[in-house]
Amino acid sequence: MKRRSIVKYAAVAAAMSLGLTACSGGGGGSDQAKESGTVRVTLANHVWTEGIKSAIPEFEKSSGLKVELTQLGEDQLSDQYNVKLNAGSDEIDVMMYRPLQEGKAFAKNGYLADLTKNVSSDSGWDWKDYQEGPVKATTVDSKVVGVPIITEREVLYYRKDLLQAAGLQVPKTMEELEAAAKAIKASSPDTAGFVARTGKSAAVTQFSSFLYSFGGDFMDSSGKASVNTDAAKKAYAYYGGLIRNYGPANVSTDMSWPEAMAIFTQGGAAFYTEADSLYKNATDPAKSKVADKVGFAALPAGPAGSKPYNIPSWALGVNQNSSNQDNAWKFIQWATSKERTLAAQKAGVPGPRTSVWSNPDGTSTYPKDLAEAISASAKNGVGHDRPEVVTVGKAREIVGAPIVATITGADAAAAANDAQTAFQTFLDSEKK
Amino acid sequence: MSVLNPPRSARTRRPGGPAGAGGSFSAWANRHRKWLFAAPAMIFVGVLIVFPLAWTVYLSLTDSQGSVRAATDFIGLQNYITVLSDTERFWPAVGRTLAFTGVALAFEVVLGMGVALLLWRPFRGEKWVRVAILLPLVATPVAVGMMWRLIFDPNIGFVNQLLGMVGIPPQPWLSGQDTALGTTIFMDVWQWTPMVVLILLAGLTSLSDEPDEAARVDGANAFQRFFFITLPLMMPTVIVAILLRGIDALKTFDILYATKGKGGGSFHEVETLNVYAYGLSFDYNQYGLSSAVLILFFMIIIGSMWLLTMRRKAVSK
Repeated sequence: MKRRSIVKYAAVAAAMSLGLTACSGGGGGSDQAKESGTVRVTLANHVWTEGIKSAIPEFEKSSGLKVELTQLGEDQLSDQYNVKLNAGSDEIDVMMYRPLQEGKAFAKNGYLADLTKNVSSDSGWDWKDYQEGPVKATTVDSKVVGVPIITEREVLYYRKDLLQAAGLQVPKTMEELEAAAKAIKASSPDTAGFVARTGKSAAVTQFSSFLYSFGGDFMDSSGKASVNTDAAKKAYAYYGGLIRNYGPANVSTDMSWPEAMAIFTQGGAAFYTEADSLYKNATDPAKSKVADKVGFAALPAGPAGSKPYNIPSWALGVNQNSSNQDNAWKFIQWATSKERTLAAQKAGVPGPRTSVWSNPDGTSTYPKDLAEAISASAKNGVGHDRPEVVTVGKAREIVGAPIVATITGADAAAAANDAQTAFQTFLDSEKK
Repeated sequence: MSVLNPPRSARTRRPGGPAGAGGSFSAWANRHRKWLFAAPAMIFVGVLIVFPLAWTVYLSLTDSQGSVRAATDFIGLQNYITVLSDTERFWPAVGRTLAFTGVALAFEVVLGMGVALLLWRPFRGEKWVRVAILLPLVATPVAVGMMWRLIFDPNIGFVNQLLGMVGIPPQPWLSGQDTALGTTIFMDVWQWTPMVVLILLAGLTSLSDEPDEAARVDGANAFQRFFFITLPLMMPTVIVAILLRGIDALKTFDILYATKGKGGGSFHEVETLNVYAYGLSFDYNQYGLSSAVLILFFMIIIGSMWLLTMRRKAVSK
């Protein structure tokens, strides 16, 4: 009896699974896509994507190609790539990816097609127009594997009204920032002086600018771990200390930008350091209670000056296994053209093209102080915001550990020493 | 002429089989029918269970990382040695997995039994109460995780605001290193107790009334009747509930990932084996190591289920 029912269920399940496979098989193979002129594009949920989405009919009309768009959250997107590209799938033609997070790994695994010839083929499209940092980040082993679409720098978001009420100037140095945060927290205990990301991995990118401004970096010029130098220890103690001493009450150690941004936009903090590309969240009255009170400034200067990161956070690449690479390139060429970049930048997405930045129209929609902060940051910015390694996820967890340790009250120097040992072991394991 | 000399195949066919070319296939099918009918199921099991399992075992013996298609070396049991000697992530994850499952199960079974006993005898509005109790069960675990994450938010969360009204200082709940695991266990209990109620209620309603009535006549009180009559009779059902819920609780992923993300939080405070293995494959791309963790995890699940099944057999006897 028991055995028979098991077989019965297995048979039903088998029939169902066969049915499902049959359904998914109807989706169309690569040949069909090639013939019908379809480009399959996978994009992340992002302001840039919203803009491109509404413009796609334009592209379809002019090129005669059909665009099949898949849109996913950041983590889901990353997991999709891991599964599909690992399986050698040709279901993706154009892929939006994070050059600093996955670029090295993808290029090493051969997931990304070599675009070196494509980028230099069209002088009107103009590859030379791209900023140096972003280009460096999408070039692996002197091969271009992606075209940057969004750039980011860390800037200081602040509350004009609170500063005015406390009679404070916009801080220019890290010392002034700490003093201002302290003053505001003391005068109104319900408002945090400072907020920023606190999650072990999430905070690393924002902490990086503090690290550079204190004169440190994750690795030294010879590629050795350097997260326990004096500069790094001071930077860890400073960043963690700001949050611990002047941050929100009951601060969690899991905050990424949505949580930190929420505290700032709900009026819970006076200062916030974050990527400039997220500024619309703070200035849009629909999302922010303090939309009309937000000011922007360049990252305050540390002992080594103001050295925020200046990076391409996203780029478009072509799947190496796609049989539709020519059409994929056509899509990229259109999506990253000067006109599209200008349109995207005006909609609030800082782009990677020099010509768009030097065009007054390119910054016309930005708050004036933000545009100034961006141009200052672009000049002295550093081209990476996390360790430049293959397994970035693991590296971030290691170098991020002292940040959370400091936030929870542990000794920054001891935590940095532990991280140094772990990070060097990790770097050695990557070299093998 | 041809009528007198029929073709050889027709002459030799077995009685009862259809004529023509299909005859030999049919005969073959008849002879092998026990295999033929089972074939779809066997293919299904092979493709969807045996192959992935075998592949995972294979990967766990290699140093596969980065891409599963990249060249790998066979390194024997090295991954298992690495994992089993890892006291930083692996063993704490094992501890958390067992703690999560054990505590959640204990609460769910005790609460589930209590609620099932309350719902056992018919009462007015019974249907509505049952529907209300089943509501958490139909929600997606990820949505449940997101919802509780908002409710437990340290600053803007409903729970802390409620506590503030009665003068209790805000608690860290999900964000605290010591409280996060407990809070996720609470969420699991909230969502899955209804399922235990459902199973136990089915068991209760199928019990015969006679032993209970006899005990009542003999003067046993409600407490005595429950512990000496109802509970022993219910034991097989209780073990089924523990078995079904136990497997699920061991495998819990959605709630943990939705509330604390990759790595189970900044201090890995809710990192169970599932979350750890997920991080190893999708964040670190260490497929060999991750496969070893999964195989060990699989063995833990099989082992605990075997123990429970043995127990159930003993109780049923």
